[in-house]
Amino acid sequence: MTESAAPELLQVTGLSKSFGATKALCNVQLSLRAGEVHALLGENGAGKSTLLKILAGTQSADAGTLQLAGQRYAPNTPQQAQALGVAFVSQEPALCADLSVAENILLGALPGRLGVVDRAELTRRASAALARVLPEGAPLPDLRLRAGDLGQGDRQLVCLARALAQAECRILILDEPTSTLNSSEAERLFSVVRELTKSGIAVLYVSHFLEEVERIANRYTVLRDGQFVHSGEIASTTRTELVKLMAGRDVQELFPRSPRNPGEVVLDLHELAGQKLPIAASLTLRRGEVLGVAGLLGAGRSELLRAIFGLDRVKSGTLRVKGVLGPASPARRLAQGVGLLSEDRKREGLAETLSLGDNITLSKLESLGSFGLVSPKKRAAIARSYLERLGVRAQGPEQLARDLSGGNQQKICVARLLHHGTDVLLLDEPTRGVDVGSRADLYRIIDELAARGNAVLIISSYLPELLGVCDRIAVMVRGKLGAARPASELSEHDLLLEATG
Amino acid sequence: MTEIRRLFRTPWLGPLLALCLLYALFTVLAPDTFARQSNLLTMLRQTSVVGIAAVGMTFTIVLGGIDLSVGSAVALTTVVVAESLRAGMGPVAAAAIGVLSGGMLGLCNGALVTGLKISPFIVTLGTMSILRGVAKGIADEQKIDADPRGLDALMQSHAGSLALPPGVWLMLAATLFGVGLLTYTKVGRQIVAVGSNTETARLCGISIPKTTLFVYTLSGLLVGLAGVLEFSTLTVGDPTDSVGLELEVIAAVVIGGGSLSGGQGSASGTLVGALLLTVIKAGCTHLGFPNWVQEIFTGFIIVVAMSIDRLRQRAR
Repeated sequence: MTESAAPELLQVTGLSKSFGATKALCNVQLSLRAGEVHALLGENGAGKSTLLKILAGTQSADAGTLQLAGQRYAPNTPQQAQALGVAFVSQEPALCADLSVAENILLGALPGRLGVVDRAELTRRASAALARVLPEGAPLPDLRLRAGDLGQGDRQLVCLARALAQAECRILILDEPTSTLNSSEAERLFSVVRELTKSGIAVLYVSHFLEEVERIANRYTVLRDGQFVHSGEIASTTRTELVKLMAGRDVQELFPRSPRNPGEVVLDLHELAGQKLPIAASLTLRRGEVLGVAGLLGAGRSELLRAIFGLDRVKSGTLRVKGVLGPASPARRLAQGVGLLSEDRKREGLAETLSLGDNITLSKLESLGSFGLVSPKKRAAIARSYLERLGVRAQGPEQLARDLSGGNQQKICVARLLHHGTDVLLLDEPTRGVDVGSRADLYRIIDELAARGNAVLIISSYLPELLGVCDRIAVMVRGKLGAARPASELSEHDLLLEATG
Repeated sequence: MTEIRRLFRTPWLGPLLALCLLYALFTVLAPDTFARQSNLLTMLRQTSVVGIAAVGMTFTIVLGGIDLSVGSAVALTTVVVAESLRAGMGPVAAAAIGVLSGGMLGLCNGALVTGLKISPFIVTLGTMSILRGVAKGIADEQKIDADPRGLDALMQSHAGSLALPPGVWLMLAATLFGVGLLTYTKVGRQIVAVGSNTETARLCGISIPKTTLFVYTLSGLLVGLAGVLEFSTLTVGDPTDSVGLELEVIAAVVIGGGSLSGGQGSASGTLVGALLLTVIKAGCTHLGFPNWVQEIFTGFIIVVAMSIDRLRQRAR
């Protein structure tokens, strides 16, 4: 390989940053070479975001030196960083929904004369920028389209195009770029990244998906608790080693499996169809069983859960929950002991400005006292027991939900379902945006629930997780759910093949 | 085909249809009075003050802000213009002072919003009361009579003539200006960007404070102009005038497709919204409905317009 001969483009040494008493970064180092994809790994809260923010110019470091191509690099604003060739693409595509695609790409520097936008020039430059981030021969999205009307994958492309259009880009920072993409969109992104590195751009790539990192990155740097842990070549490091570096401990028992005894059927679907999706879904779920649903984004998996839970209307087919036939409202379902964990934690899962105690007890305030009164003491006690049982890393029941990391927020959502007393759990992408350590906790919780006789229906796009956690897995393809098969007889390859078939 | 779809998505298409329908309805119901050309002229004249202030409000709302001090600012402007005339100034100078004082008030609102980082709703709720008080203080809680020295001609139409008074032309010009600014200029697109997604706009190098100051000042200048026209209508400076005008102005913007969460709105839609409000009022008057019926009807139209807008948003 020629990488070892490639020049150091960015050299970070002794970088430290504190917020009050918390040390977000302590003596961190990082080196980026031109033309490489460098993975930045670490659990949530390891300090990756802080490092990215310093590189992108939205925060300044307390101590340490940054050198970009031999020159001191200390951007005060994102504009300065961009002018020096460091572009940042955030996890959520940051677009102005009401502007056109072209305007979004050139937002920082709209071309024009005397304050009037030069539309021809705008279109020309925007299409040139988009062409750079599209695989050869791919059609350009309509530049006049409102950005808010784009799909997730195209939004990301627009952000990428903008990052590259601002100035001569030397370093491109991608923060979990595939977390909102389906697999074909992710493939497109990978080929774009490869193209860009060929022109000498260094890509700093943050991702929780190690398969992805192994495919695309040349080297990696691991952070843990704000400190530099290790840096090395991807090719000479195994996945287990990476996980160990990130978690700081062996995660051998990532997918624990207690003995499970499938019991009575609690969920029985026959040819269930929603208004649009799913088209036909048949399944049975028993107590003490974990059933997984694999499939591509948009295959109708979330819609299936929503239909079961009564959030979406059922068009046809039969649906039997604990022997009771027919669709029902979410309130009825909760009363039956069915709980849904939404994939959109921020919007449908948590009241971010409320405390952990409030969030856990919200759906069952009756448990906190009689005559409509709420006992803060009882709430704290209940919350504390769940925080402990689920291994939530938090200061206590009074902490606000928004201050927790994604993984710990998810545990709070699960805690609410448990406190409500649900025993049929519908989990929609429970580990999305969750770090390895918290994932292991969630897998342990799911296993524990199943062993205790709860029924779990889980949707995930992360196949190793489904294979590790589930007893049986069914694949949903364009709204149609296939037959569930024992997880032990399936491989990632089988699932992928069926999902894309 | 895409052009047709784009047209269908135009947020003020619905209100425009409603405007035409209501106009037709009132024409049928009151053919002798409502349908007269002189009434059309009157309605245009009655729309001018709201229409001009609403162009300013369109900028503010597209930016993601709001300005509740419009009514008080208009009243204060009428007082300022009257005092200026009484102090012996010519009509042009007095009008210019009126417009500029509106701009100053807008600049103050903008400075408070950016400087103190308080939500515009709260800031302008405060200045609404402050400006009303200042107007009453200057005018000593009286109406101020002043020789308009020809300023009244801004809103006058001459008997028998169907020529539009200058005030109506000013409203049309302000609307055109608003459309041009928001659609074709850099600063206009930056305003849309900030209203659409402030964080992204900031990351792209758009200065939020500068844009905010610009918008509130520009909006203030238009409010000042509206105030001059209000003086021209009243021919006195009246500190108790235009109470609640801001709500009518906001309603015009929102009916015309403006979104209170920012990013959406157009000056052309706003004009349609303002005209719709006038047509309802005038129509009800011509049909002899009492005032309370007008108010119910107006509120009804606002809610209907909003629910139609929700449906349209969901459709895409």
